[in-house]
Amino acid sequence: MTSSGASLGALADPGQFHAALDVTGFPDDVLEHMLRRMLLIRVAEEGVADLVLSKEAVCPCHLGIGQEAVAVGVSHALRKTDRVYGGHRSHAHYLAVGGDLFKMFAEILGRKDGASQGMGGSMHLFAPEVGFDGSVPIVGATIPIATGAGLAAKMDKKGDVAVAYFGDGACEEGVLHESLNFAANFKLPVLFVCENNLYSSHLDISERQPANGMARFADAHCISHRTVDGNDVAAVAYAADDLIAAARRGEGPGFLEAVTFRWRGHVGASEDIDVGVQRRPEVLKAWQARDPVRRLNEAMVARGLSGSNTLVSLTEAARDQVADAVARARKSAYPAPSALLDLVYAARSAT
Amino acid sequence: MTARTFSYAEGIREAFGYLLKNHPDVFAIGQGLWSPWYVGNSMKDLDKEFGKERVIDTPVSELATTGAAVGASLHGYRPIVIHPRMDFMILAADQIVNQAAKWRHMLGGKSPAMTVRAIINRGGEQGAQHSQALHAWYAHIPGLRVVMPATALDARDLLIASVLCDDPVLYIDDRWLYEEEAEFGPPGPVDLAIQKPQIRRAGTDITLVAASFSVALAVKAAELLAKKNISAEVVDLRVINPLDHGVAQTSVRKTGRLLAIDGGWQTCGLAGEVIAGVVTALPPSSFRSRPKRVTLPDAPAPTSKVLEAIYYPTADSIADLAVRMVQE
Repeated sequence: MTSSGASLGALADPGQFHAALDVTGFPDDVLEHMLRRMLLIRVAEEGVADLVLSKEAVCPCHLGIGQEAVAVGVSHALRKTDRVYGGHRSHAHYLAVGGDLFKMFAEILGRKDGASQGMGGSMHLFAPEVGFDGSVPIVGATIPIATGAGLAAKMDKKGDVAVAYFGDGACEEGVLHESLNFAANFKLPVLFVCENNLYSSHLDISERQPANGMARFADAHCISHRTVDGNDVAAVAYAADDLIAAARRGEGPGFLEAVTFRWRGHVGASEDIDVGVQRRPEVLKAWQARDPVRRLNEAMVARGLSGSNTLVSLTEAARDQVADAVARARKSAYPAPSALLDLVYAARSAT
Repeated sequence: MTARTFSYAEGIREAFGYLLKNHPDVFAIGQGLWSPWYVGNSMKDLDKEFGKERVIDTPVSELATTGAAVGASLHGYRPIVIHPRMDFMILAADQIVNQAAKWRHMLGGKSPAMTVRAIINRGGEQGAQHSQALHAWYAHIPGLRVVMPATALDARDLLIASVLCDDPVLYIDDRWLYEEEAEFGPPGPVDLAIQKPQIRRAGTDITLVAASFSVALAVKAAELLAKKNISAEVVDLRVINPLDHGVAQTSVRKTGRLLAIDGGWQTCGLAGEVIAGVVTALPPSSFRSRPKRVTLPDAPAPTSKVLEAIYYPTADSIADLAVRMVQE
């Protein structure tokens, strides 16, 4: 997008962009990987929803069902030495780069084998071995941290990049603007990824901002930006590839706005259809029809990669994986009482 | 290299030079680093000696700059982020309190090995937003080590210790100490985790416990008391989180009297914490008088010099209270 990024235009209309994706240029195996990963994320989050409903998962769980294409598309261009940071709704960001499924469920259930040793829960995921360097729920807090990870990458001169995932709500925090300016000023290799799902916790974007396009903030800070259909994994991957490649070449930060919608509520398993001025059942239904998984599958059917039963069998395979991970997580021990104090400081005091 | 005389500000400069020279993973970042206007001579010419890529002057963005230091510290660097005025550091509180201090605990083991240097800069009619000493706030936070050097040697060695520590550390220096001098030899590595409070002056009648500039006041008060044949012991806390109460407890067992002095406010402040740490550990019979504290009054810093004169504790006000305690 070469405009000022102020308006989303048709991208915000759930009645549009329902057709099969244009996947020209993507190899078969990449498409198969993307479909499997998006399905795994969706089925895993449905598994989290079940644990929330049964009250087995107590920590706040924020589901991103319907938004899977953003993380999977962005991760297309990432490597393990890159540094990815997320927020409260980051199961997809963690799983998209290959975060361990069992460790995610163990973390959500507060077990010591969890991604953060059972110390963080759903909102604090950590898998540095695959480049997922942490998520926290203070809105916007990892934006400057990712910026600093980008500063470290620039000093390292190995071409690594940092990624900050955040939402349209975080664009109302001052720290986004400080960080965009900082990254642009020092030409840091950072990709700022705004998942614009048109909602904060409970308010529609029209209640919060005078315009619905978040890329206008990148424009104001002289940062290259793209705005894409966030339910189109190919469009996300194309844009992320370009912006990340530029960052690796030392051309400075990029800003990717992916327009999407979450099918569930802000927190927990409900659909929150009573929340906000526009979150009516018919709007949710229209967004569900713009399903990122179905649209990718249809493109793969057209290429002969997917048959009439492929989606069903892949979904069942993902369900088996999730069921296995949950069963193993339930068997994991809780953290030892000593973890409470032992993890406060790294350096041990002599006393 | 033989010993020579350093001021407190030169001690800080010496630590920066040592760290930047010997540790390629160290860099300094913050507002005003290329200007003596902000940091006095405590960072003089570091940018010229080590380059503007390791001594980075930043946009006017306390929060993003501190967050960037957190991020860099998670990827192999030991940044020192400088806040030339502690009042403005409040804008960065999320990154210090919510992120750096908790990162290891909430994410299961990885520590941001970073140092935040905050400068207390007050007096001279600078007023309510250019004068604050907020160390007690930060010392309340588990996971954040808080260091307050009182001497020129500690200004150097505790900065080295802070930067070499694997935990996030808040190092607080005070401009009112910048001219304090001491003689010492070349620097070396220092382990922050084993640092203890130190006795700055030995005595038998009363224990004065303080940190940072309040230590200098306590030492001056002890000199005034000596002229009245009162022997005061001065304990310099040096590190206020985690706070070691042991040295103060031992001292009060000997003197039977405790006067805590702090350049912050009274309510929920450091002086109250010092008293609690001694009173809850010693039997009531240990005390020959009720413990007392000297702090700022619970009011914002005034501007007019007439009000400033009654706002800040002085060696005289400390000594007067100590005399009354000994006579109690």
